Amino acid sequence: MEIFDTFFNMEVLLRAFPMLMKGLWVMLQLGLVSIVAGLILGLGLALVRLYAPRPAQLMARVYIDVFRSLPLLVLLIIVYYALPFVGLRLSPFWSAMSALTLVSGAYTAEIYRAGIQAIPHGQFEASAALGLSYRHTMVDVILPQAVKIVIPPLTNNSINVIKDTALASVVAMPDLLKQATQAQALAANPSPLIGAAVIYVMFLWPAVAAVSRLERRFGAGER
Amino acid sequence: MSGIVSIRNLRKSYGTFEALKGIDLDIAEGEVVCVVGPSGSGKSTLIRCINRLEDFARESTITVDGIPVQPGPALAKVRAEVGMVFQSFNLFPHLTVRRNVMLAPMRVRGTSTAEAADRADVLLRRVGIYEQADKYPAFLSGGQQQRVAIARALAMEPRVMLFDEPTSALDPEMVGEVLDVMKQLAGTGVTMIVVTHEMGFARQVADRVLFMDGGEVIETGPPEQIFSNPTEARTQYFLSAVLNH
Ligand SMILES: Nc1ncnc2c1ncn2[C@@H]1O[C@H](COP(=O)(O)OP(=O)(O)O)[C@@H](O)[C@H]1O
Ligand SMILES: [Mg+2]
Repeated sequence: MEIFDTFFNMEVLLRAFPMLMKGLWVMLQLGLVSIVAGLILGLGLALVRLYAPRPAQLMARVYIDVFRSLPLLVLLIIVYYALPFVGLRLSPFWSAMSALTLVSGAYTAEIYRAGIQAIPHGQFEASAALGLSYRHTMVDVILPQAVKIVIPPLTNNSINVIKDTALASVVAMPDLLKQATQAQALAANPSPLIGAAVIYVMFLWPAVAAVSRLERRFGAGER
Repeated sequence: MSGIVSIRNLRKSYGTFEALKGIDLDIAEGEVVCVVGPSGSGKSTLIRCINRLEDFARESTITVDGIPVQPGPALAKVRAEVGMVFQSFNLFPHLTVRRNVMLAPMRVRGTSTAEAADRADVLLRRVGIYEQADKYPAFLSGGQQQRVAIARALAMEPRVMLFDEPTSALDPEMVGEVLDVMKQLAGTGVTMIVVTHEMGFARQVADRVLFMDGGEVIETGPPEQIFSNPTEARTQYFLSAVLNH
């Protein structure tokens, strides 16, 4: 069977396996660091966008809109290839991590904002009337309710960040895709690419299914 | 002599619309004042200014227990002394009934968890909700939720309690249980300012009734006088419309 020898060549796959595992490890590191940093950046941006003095609100808004319109690949190439011209030279890992975080932060900011705005105004008023400080109002009343609303879209965004780690291969980051293309070149056979695709799906399918489950559960009405 | 709540020349505008047109009002410690009047007359706006849920004009002053109700650090002190009960309950849906009552004392007064829980249980017994303490608000009836909201406000041991139509969102069969709790509260010496359409409650419990219309206090006096012998035409008109509907 020619198709199997070409795309599912076990011998080639076994030889490529260690490289693919290294790539998987890089994908996970890069993905997780960027997701966490993006979640923190996004929360800060959302709070500034909603509650800071006017000029700061406006700046957060511009940031969010710009980084949601900028293609990640373009940003990544700017960070890696353009910033060195102004003396800022980042390693492939930090370049990819910065680009992923900057964009993910913009998306998560909008997700948090929608979540916070979905909380009825009466919750803020009841907190104020009780004398709760701004910080306690957010930490004890608003955010715990907003979290339920934002978990499904945040999980979705995290899936996108993991998928986008594949773009890091253009800045010579030895991520899963890069390892697979190298293994393919070595073996003169595309099976490692299929192997990489299978690994992406294996990791992300459960996450995608979890989002659907969460959406159904939180959508069911109970708040 | 000024009272525990003292309001001078209170003005509030939404854009060009004057919702409050210069109100002067003193409320004595322990007094129960019912505010009545047609919808849109500024009743909610008036009591929401007292804990500054609404901003008001610069030339206006409100003091609570001598503390000016101004933005800044003193506002936290005012809000700790002034409890509020809303028409729509506004309980925290992610916290159990007991936790709803415990939250503010722990965060604002620094009360320990154990002490706050004990105090919450005392208050929940008082409003007759102790059996529901571990439930979430969504599983309670409207009347029960409003009683929890009263307990939550009382947990801060306020000197003044504000009620904004506390029974208006309730099914008729639950109005009584909430009014009963408020009556009992009126007997404890807490100063109460109650916006309400429950004329029976006002007649029975209020020390003073305030009739508002068009952003002004039209008439004020003891309940017998306002309900039996109103002097102003607008008061007469409103009361006949409400009492004979
Ligand atoms: N946020 C707001 N923006 C504009 N107008 C408002 C706002 N809140 C209240 N008003 C107006 O102020 C007036 C007084 O409102 P309110 O105090 O709620 O009356 P009441 O409680 O007596 O029914 C009404 O005419 C109302 O339309
Ligand atoms: Mg009102």
